[in-house]
Amino acid sequence: MPNMSMKKNEMPVQAPELRNKNFQEVALGYTTEQAIDEAQRCLNCKTKPCVSGCPVQIQIPAFIQQTVDGNFEAAFQIIAQTSSLPAVCGRVCPQESQCEKYCVRGIKGESVGIGRLERFVADWHNAQLDAKVEKPASNGHKVAIVGSGPAGLTCAGDLAKKGYEVTIFEALHLAGGVLVYGIPEFRLPKAIVQKEVNALKQLGVTINTNTVVGKSISVDELMEAGYEAIFIGSGAGLPRFMGVPGENLNGVYSANEFLTRINLMKSYQKDSNTPIMSIRKVAVVGGGNVAMDAARCAKRLGAEEVSIVYRRSENELPARKEEVEHAKEEGILFKLLSAPLEVLGDEKRFVKGLKCVAMELGDPDASGRRKPVEKVGSEFILDVDCVIAAIGTSPNPLIKSTTSGLETQKWGGIIVNEETGQTSKEGVFAGGDAVTGAATVILAMGAGKTAANGIDKYLMAKKQV
Amino acid sequence: MYTIQKKVELNPTVTLMEVQAPLVAKKAEPGQFIILRVDEDGERVPLTIADYDREKGTVTIIFQIVGASTTKLNHLKEGEAIHDFVGPLGVPTHTEGIKKVAIVGGGVGCAIAYPVAKKFHELGAVVHSIVGFRTKELVILEDEFQKVSDKYLLMTDDGSYGEKGLVTNALKALLDAGEKYDEVVAIGPMIMMKFVSQLTKEYNVKTMVSMNPVMIDGTGMCGGCRLTVGGKTKFACVDGPEFDGHQVDFDEAMARAGFYRGFERHAHDEACNLFKKEVN
Repeated sequence: MPNMSMKKNEMPVQAPELRNKNFQEVALGYTTEQAIDEAQRCLNCKTKPCVSGCPVQIQIPAFIQQTVDGNFEAAFQIIAQTSSLPAVCGRVCPQESQCEKYCVRGIKGESVGIGRLERFVADWHNAQLDAKVEKPASNGHKVAIVGSGPAGLTCAGDLAKKGYEVTIFEALHLAGGVLVYGIPEFRLPKAIVQKEVNALKQLGVTINTNTVVGKSISVDELMEAGYEAIFIGSGAGLPRFMGVPGENLNGVYSANEFLTRINLMKSYQKDSNTPIMSIRKVAVVGGGNVAMDAARCAKRLGAEEVSIVYRRSENELPARKEEVEHAKEEGILFKLLSAPLEVLGDEKRFVKGLKCVAMELGDPDASGRRKPVEKVGSEFILDVDCVIAAIGTSPNPLIKSTTSGLETQKWGGIIVNEETGQTSKEGVFAGGDAVTGAATVILAMGAGKTAANGIDKYLMAKKQV
Repeated sequence: MYTIQKKVELNPTVTLMEVQAPLVAKKAEPGQFIILRVDEDGERVPLTIADYDREKGTVTIIFQIVGASTTKLNHLKEGEAIHDFVGPLGVPTHTEGIKKVAIVGGGVGCAIAYPVAKKFHELGAVVHSIVGFRTKELVILEDEFQKVSDKYLLMTDDGSYGEKGLVTNALKALLDAGEKYDEVVAIGPMIMMKFVSQLTKEYNVKTMVSMNPVMIDGTGMCGGCRLTVGGKTKFACVDGPEFDGHQVDFDEAMARAGFYRGFERHAHDEACNLFKKEVN
């Protein structure tokens, strides 16, 4: 008998007034009892609308049925058939707009907590000590992957499972891309990313850190070095700034820099070698998930007051609802319908305020959202000593400018065949934010998967000729 | 592993290291930089490339011991390894069409100015080098500079060696004497680069300066190294590190360089104390 409760089992979390002072994970994960209870809410329906909502088509009802029966390893193996990073996705996927959006149980009541179950199963698997992965027999073909973010890791994993000899080239000193420099520890513990990376190494994937493709070695040189196909998953690393006066004052950070200092360089730890300014009052400009991450990090660093400054209203906030709720619970303030005009500085060029103007919503613009319009004479000054710009990123131009014959969009995104991930350059594939501009972890993983299939087909066809 | 093949103390606060890094050595050009981390939890330290040997696969760095990380780096011995070493990053020095150049180096900045002077010399340009130090004890790369320079002027603040005075005095004298340079390259403390740029602007001589702001990734990702050049925001890591000195907003750049000064001093003292304990 399915569990007909209209509500999901609630996710146990650290209390807001505790967690906004530490960097430990906010969501604690289901217990075995909660997981089985939640799994029983799945009707195991024939149409499986949830699967069509998953960018990597995880066989959701199948893994949930195994969970009902307590066969957690079997459940994990079903997920692992299509997803390379289940413990990551169970945490950071926007399930409410993917699998769970289509769940039949969501018509009357709440959908099944698919993401929470995925996380439970993946964590259960990772907790087993002897979960060793066998290295598949090599098929003798070499593939290079540029970037070790979610797209690159997924593509590498899928190709390695097919027997390819895969080498990942990573610019930073640590593998993981946005999973290690961007998403904070309290949403995605770095030990989990490390486990996923280690699992890839067990599959035989080589990871060369400290290698900037486009500088240390070019895509063309990789081909000359014997890589038969190359996947570019270099992400959207270039931060946008606001374009207002005072932006280069001390105390103005891009969200990328702020988060990288905290997450990758661990500047929140007292003995860290990388500094971060001690902040009192912070304005985070932007309304996406990155803005929420930056604001919640700022709070945890001890800031008295942290405000999200966003030019539209709450309905238009691009961040996940859950992230907005978590931020509010932790005491983040929302200065909605406000746009920055100027960062104000003191005589030593440190930030002393953010001049803003109130906005109102006018007619819908090209994005379909109502366009914010300045309210004349409504300027006001926020008392802050730190401003964080979280208004988006663009693809890094380094690869484009150093690779012959690689076509890109005007704004920098690499142009690919969506079915295969193939670019305009023979043997070169791409996916993730480098193609789409800043998007989600799971979409990047989906693209990595598509490209792995594309590369496999391309190389197998080449072999037959 | 990025093994230290050779270590030489150039003066009491400046050290040279030749580091095994074949991939970097293969591509390195004057004007570019590397980023290193001394150990597992080290900060990312950008250092301009002082020299390279493509055949040996080594890259030479010269650094001044100023903070915690450079103190730790200086404690590594020949045969030991640096944890991370990535590059070459940034845009190489532009050399096209330059027949006569004045290279102005200040203090440890001479370590970066030297490979630039050498490159121009190899390309057949006339090279006038003007180098400045606080005092005799701190002079570095004297022989090296002389080998690649058609004229070599050494200045010290206290007159203990070479001529007494600032590099700008020497450069002004050369310009007043009618020397015509296609370009001046100034590398050293920000304040020196600012005054060289002010001087050459009066004489209308194009001037390139090498900026070394606070930086993390070195690939354009964090924007921490941004500076204003000709009224526009540029990233030193990908657009530079060399920029037109007449366009750089030095006052802003100097303020930004001081962002973490309090932290650095503290960290440096901590590191020194740590090593003191080890010694005892």
